[in-house]
Amino acid sequence: MSEQTATYGFMEPQSPPKTARKPFFKLLFGDLLSATLSAVTVLLLLALIPAFNWAVLDAHWTVRSPSDCQSGGACWAFIGAKARLILFGLYPPSEQWRAVLVILLIVGMILVSLSPKLWNARLLAVWGVAVGAMLILMGGGVAGLPPVPTSKWGGLPVTLMLAVLSLGLAFPLAVLLALGRRGRLPIPRAVSIFTIELVRGLPLVGLLFVAAILLPLLLPPGWTIDKLGRTLAALTIFAAAYLAEVIRGGLQGLDEGQIEAAEALGIPYWKMIWHIVLPQAIQNVIPPLTNTAIVMVKNTSLVLIVGVFDMLSAARSATTDPAWPAPSTEAYLFVASIYFVICFGIAIYSRYLERGVAARTHG
Amino acid sequence: MTGPAIELHNVDKFFGDFQALKGITFSVDESERVVICGPSGSGKSTLIRCINKLEAHDGGTITVSGIRLDDDLRNLDAIRRDAGMVFQHFNLFPHLTVLENCALPQILSRGTKRDAAESTAADYLDRVRILDQANKYPGQISGGQKQRAAIARALCMEPKIMLFDEPTSALDPEMIQEVLDVMTELAKAGMTMIVVTHEMGFARMVADRVVYMEQGSIVEIATPKQFFEKPKDSRTRRFLSSIELAFTQSDRLSARTATGVTD
Repeated sequence: MSEQTATYGFMEPQSPPKTARKPFFKLLFGDLLSATLSAVTVLLLLALIPAFNWAVLDAHWTVRSPSDCQSGGACWAFIGAKARLILFGLYPPSEQWRAVLVILLIVGMILVSLSPKLWNARLLAVWGVAVGAMLILMGGGVAGLPPVPTSKWGGLPVTLMLAVLSLGLAFPLAVLLALGRRGRLPIPRAVSIFTIELVRGLPLVGLLFVAAILLPLLLPPGWTIDKLGRTLAALTIFAAAYLAEVIRGGLQGLDEGQIEAAEALGIPYWKMIWHIVLPQAIQNVIPPLTNTAIVMVKNTSLVLIVGVFDMLSAARSATTDPAWPAPSTEAYLFVASIYFVICFGIAIYSRYLERGVAARTHG
Repeated sequence: MTGPAIELHNVDKFFGDFQALKGITFSVDESERVVICGPSGSGKSTLIRCINKLEAHDGGTITVSGIRLDDDLRNLDAIRRDAGMVFQHFNLFPHLTVLENCALPQILSRGTKRDAAESTAADYLDRVRILDQANKYPGQISGGQKQRAAIARALCMEPKIMLFDEPTSALDPEMIQEVLDVMTELAKAGMTMIVVTHEMGFARMVADRVVYMEQGSIVEIATPKQFFEKPKDSRTRRFLSSIELAFTQSDRLSARTATGVTD
């Protein structure tokens, strides 16, 4: 480490460029490449003017009646009027504070879980309690909360819960599948390979149909599992198959000497897996894990085809209000921006994790 | 203590059709230091790895501290508790700090409380003189420091026997001595040690006996004095003159003292 700082210290005096700063015009049009780039940029900016006009200058931010939105620009007033429907779906308006609490609870739990230093059994227990609290808050029926059936759940809380729960439940399943597939025991190995390949071979839409529509027909009468629960199960098994292969990649990259050292120290098998093998396997595959997590967040929107009311379905149904003239662009842009914030957040977080790994391994 | 610390009787080991160990029989007494040497592929690493069953032997018997190494997992646990191991490539856990590397195995294997485990870890890191590196990660320290940390990690389990599998072979030359010094101190403290190494200087100064292996068999077992001054077997003499050739080009003091004797 000291060697590195010494090198950088030595390099420093040489690093400021000796050439004088180019004049601004020359910088933009000095040679063919920069001239071309500048021209393309200008054209792009020109092309964006109508979009800017539509979204900002000509936009209707507040209106007295929906018909005021007839002319030209974006009708952001529509989002204001329909925000509750898009964010909470058909959840009873008088109870929507509960949905807000669930969103805050999920976001809060994610924020407190960010630092890897806090990842321990206690945090896992806190998550268990938090998920229980979310389900009680959303479902009600206890402590004087009026019951709300899952068919009335909708919007952002459903999207967030499906994403967090499917990934959270899929992860331990994926670890078992990956270990099973890597292991020497023939039956777990066969079961793992069969599950992973079967689930990966099916489109998610097909899996959702099986879970939401076919499964209730196949189950004996009297057996009912909630549709939202079945949808969550389908998303979970789908995520698990993909995560399992990512984690398997991480396991393959692990040095055999790590396991030998743990064995020689007498560390029991499952403790070795938990404390020595998995942390290293997972930190080796942060980029593909991030990829799968982002894809799964967006995959939750596919539940709309089996009639689960997530944020995208809620936005779609909001646009069908005949009182408002053609507001679908605004509605989809609004939903897209929420998805973008979530997915970009995951991407930034994964870069933070990778920097931590790099700092440990390279000093 | 009844009987030797380690006893091998007629041990065979196969990798497929290849026989890596051929009827190995020898024993190590308590507090004895044995150095195993031989050309690469002679089976010396395989032999030491059979003692704590990182490799399972195929024939013969291995007994450690009076416990027979067999398919009984309780026996294996007991043997691994008694025998610490140091690897050529250190095998420190890269995601844990040096201190955690030494503390966590105590917690996981023995259920030691964290405070006690960390204080034991600090004691041994101090003994190998890298307590100041305790909060760094293995990727942030030198090879010599890594190997000393690995020795401290093994010592934290309070083993009766230490197995060293080429502990200095992956080190830059200038870092070898600091590791050998720690091993010499350990020997002086009365630890039972089996060391697979090419460091003939260490063998000469520290070993009670030297075992020379070739092609999966023990060729010669002798005291260092006999081994370096009057090797009985022609194969031993050939090995010693070949490493002498290699070392005459090196200006390392330990190498000169080791091979100078065979002239």
